[in-house]
Amino acid sequence: MKPAQQFKTQATVMTHDLHHRELIHTALSKYEAVRDQSKAAYQDWQAARQAAAEAKWEAVNHLDEYLVEFSNKLEARGTKVHWASTGLQAKEIILGIIREKKARSIVKSKAMTSEEIHLNEALAEEGFEVVESDLGEFIVQLRKEPPYHIVFPAMHLTRGEISELFARELGSAPTQSPEELTMIARRVLRQKYIRADIGFTGANFAVAETGMISITENEGNARLTAALPKVMISLLGIEKVVPRLEDLALLLPMLSTIGTGQPLTCYNSFYGGPRQPGEPDGPDEFHVVLLDNRRTELLADGEQRDALHCIRCGGCLNVCPIFRNVGGHTYHTTYSGPIGSVITPHLRGLQEWKHLSFASSLCGACTETCPVKINLHHHLLHNRRNAARQKPSMFEKVAFKLFAFVINRPSLYRSSKRAGRLLQIFHPLVKGTRFDPAYAWTKTRDLPPIARQTFKEYWRQRS
Amino acid sequence: MTITLFVPCFVDLMFPNVAISMVRILERLGHKVECPGEIACCGQPAYNSGYWDEARTVAVKVLEHLEGSEAIVIGSGSCGAMLHVFYAELFAATAYERQAKALAKKCYEFSDFLVTKLGVTDLGARFPAKVTFHDGCHGLRELGAFKQPRQLLSNVKELELVEMGEQVCCGFGGTFAAKFPMISTAMGEVKCSLAQKTGAEYIVSNDSSCLMHIQGLLTRQGSRMKTIHLAEVLANG
Amino acid sequence: MNERELILGRIREALKVPAPLPGHHGDERSSLTSATVPTQVRQWLPAIGESFADRVKAFRRKCSELKADFHALDSEGDCVKLLTDVRDREQWKRLGAHRGDLTDFVCSRLGLPICNTDKGYDVAGLESCDAGLTECDALVAQTGSVLLTSRSAGGRALSVLPPHHVVLARREQLVRDLPEAFAVLKKKYGSNYPSFISFITGPSRTGDIERILVLGAHGPKKLTICCF
Repeated sequence: MKPAQQFKTQATVMTHDLHHRELIHTALSKYEAVRDQSKAAYQDWQAARQAAAEAKWEAVNHLDEYLVEFSNKLEARGTKVHWASTGLQAKEIILGIIREKKARSIVKSKAMTSEEIHLNEALAEEGFEVVESDLGEFIVQLRKEPPYHIVFPAMHLTRGEISELFARELGSAPTQSPEELTMIARRVLRQKYIRADIGFTGANFAVAETGMISITENEGNARLTAALPKVMISLLGIEKVVPRLEDLALLLPMLSTIGTGQPLTCYNSFYGGPRQPGEPDGPDEFHVVLLDNRRTELLADGEQRDALHCIRCGGCLNVCPIFRNVGGHTYHTTYSGPIGSVITPHLRGLQEWKHLSFASSLCGACTETCPVKINLHHHLLHNRRNAARQKPSMFEKVAFKLFAFVINRPSLYRSSKRAGRLLQIFHPLVKGTRFDPAYAWTKTRDLPPIARQTFKEYWRQRS
Repeated sequence: MTITLFVPCFVDLMFPNVAISMVRILERLGHKVECPGEIACCGQPAYNSGYWDEARTVAVKVLEHLEGSEAIVIGSGSCGAMLHVFYAELFAATAYERQAKALAKKCYEFSDFLVTKLGVTDLGARFPAKVTFHDGCHGLRELGAFKQPRQLLSNVKELELVEMGEQVCCGFGGTFAAKFPMISTAMGEVKCSLAQKTGAEYIVSNDSSCLMHIQGLLTRQGSRMKTIHLAEVLANG
Repeated sequence: MNERELILGRIREALKVPAPLPGHHGDERSSLTSATVPTQVRQWLPAIGESFADRVKAFRRKCSELKADFHALDSEGDCVKLLTDVRDREQWKRLGAHRGDLTDFVCSRLGLPICNTDKGYDVAGLESCDAGLTECDALVAQTGSVLLTSRSAGGRALSVLPPHHVVLARREQLVRDLPEAFAVLKKKYGSNYPSFISFITGPSRTGDIERILVLGAHGPKKLTICCF
């Protein structure tokens, strides 16, 4: 099934799922309350947004310089930096390292970029055991489904469903307590860290000035992934770069404020190399894989380049009424919500994925919330325009030309109004049925009639 | 002042009373109101669908007819956003770029015009009912209209305003309502449910397109709740 | 041509097209003169008062929100007394720690076997410790955070593997805000950073199940900070 049809079919199912609607609404209401509290503590939230936007603008618009600085500084202290133009190349690089190390088990901390390149599937195919250590990712991995939300992978599940899942897959005793469920996962995963040959992470930011990656998390699983295994591999998109270490003094709290509502996430850690001389632990080998995967195409689009400023906070997903009503899985993309709708056409193809840009009421809540001021909903309009230019629908083009022709000529406008009034008489015969030309509307809503006297008629009468 | 009222097609055809109310209010305040009959559409449908050339065909006519206006009040938030924000994009790098930017400075959403430009918050209106307010997204986020409708409503005699407590899109979104009716309907249901929880008799809004969608759902649901435009409330009594 | 050159080539080509400055929709494009981020950030992030008392107050409040235990003590001796109580209450049998002025002082008086991480350690041994004792580089009043590195805190795992992390800090280490903490980092390590740096803000937690907060997801369930 084509993506557009798949989206519509699943959206139809999800929008009728009142349990889902209620669950997501409750979860996000809690989030909104803490987010607003955290925002209120800022002396000037809007100024902070502007500064964050400028920091990312500087990074992305000098991307080559900062990437070179980042890479050089990492290599100077023993990190092996790899560059991958495509997801396939990235997978080959990572598999190459794993094979060379004769590794058997890999522990992963959350990395949306690894979802993007479908890394887990590739590793599983080769017979490597991959364990997701982030609780939410661990849960969806057991359920064999993709993450529901880029920050909260298991947001769509109740504790009852998670309890059943654990009982079935881990043999644990059923429980309604989120605390007990978390402890079950903690116990199971503990040994995985200790025994894993390879620790795999993503990264939230790449600091050019000091040659470090920055990883933000609440659980501590990324820290353990980066501490115990002998080899550490980190995968990140090239756009993650920030110029200076101090930029994080602003970006880290903003990421958490909008991402989860927390003033600051529990662990914000910077990794600048493998274990250095004198250090008691840490990986002997540290590999950083830089991924392009069509980001350079988005970079070339000056109008939409700011979409690469995204710090993956998930804030736009949280406020999007479309996301709330259809749910994260309906998008069938790695990145869902408004940012996903904006960038997926660039990463996967415009014609196949333009429907996500049309599946929006353009309410602008996303743009308003974005901590780095990406012009999200305007980019949805840009995608729509680009799609129409590239491959116009003859039907729509003719329809809009006809509309323009009529609306620009008052006499024709009046004639079509008379025709409308006539058709209106017959409308009740077909209203709400398949023969109704306004079926898309009238299936669920009533349509108001044309007024007895329109405003223009009233105005003409007046003068 | 001579105020140009731009009445978009759906307000003209289906909600004329909204525009009539606006005329009455502005005239009562002592201004002259002009309603150019030659223009009926801001070009948003074509623009939103990605057909910018066809949108420009319509929008150019609007630019030309509104060129000489002193101040333009637009009868709907989404059309207002089109003129105030999106024309600059639509006409960027064309011969009309400067004109579009100049026009934007003269365009106002109705409540914003009354409160910010005219400095009026009390129209001597009376509307004895419990109401709740729905902020049209374009008016809210593109035109900065939030306090103004509430300031105006606070001076309406015997009116009780109860807030819904959550800010969320009603789901109309122009062509979105027809292209993705299931999502549009779900969003509308969420809005109606929020409104119903307030116990209000009326949902008031500054955007007729939202009201068309919300009312359509309420009627289909058999709800007793009614919808009314802000201008109609302010013109009452 | 290797992949690095190919990617950089594509980037340079792409950047020939200018992009509008953020927050200036419709304005002429100009390049940013100098970054505004480091210098003015303090004006936008939550404010912290100047005095030490302000800092302690803010840090204490934050720790309470984060469910971290903070103790501002008068002396190292008081710290030992406090930790002795904790040791008894939690029935500590074994501690992980690194060598340092503060850790040495406390460890020598707690009378427990110590798994010392400085020269490498057995992971299972560290895992069996009831608590991990570390020093730090700074405490951040604005956020309730502990700043530490693999050099100041005995490696990467000591502060995250055992179920209870105890931090020993001196009064002077309590800084105002994040910009100041970053300045501390730069001053102390600027020429040779440790391979691991971390801002720890509260005990480990997750909200992955129905967005309900649970402590001790993978990292320590308890965080105790002693400042003297």
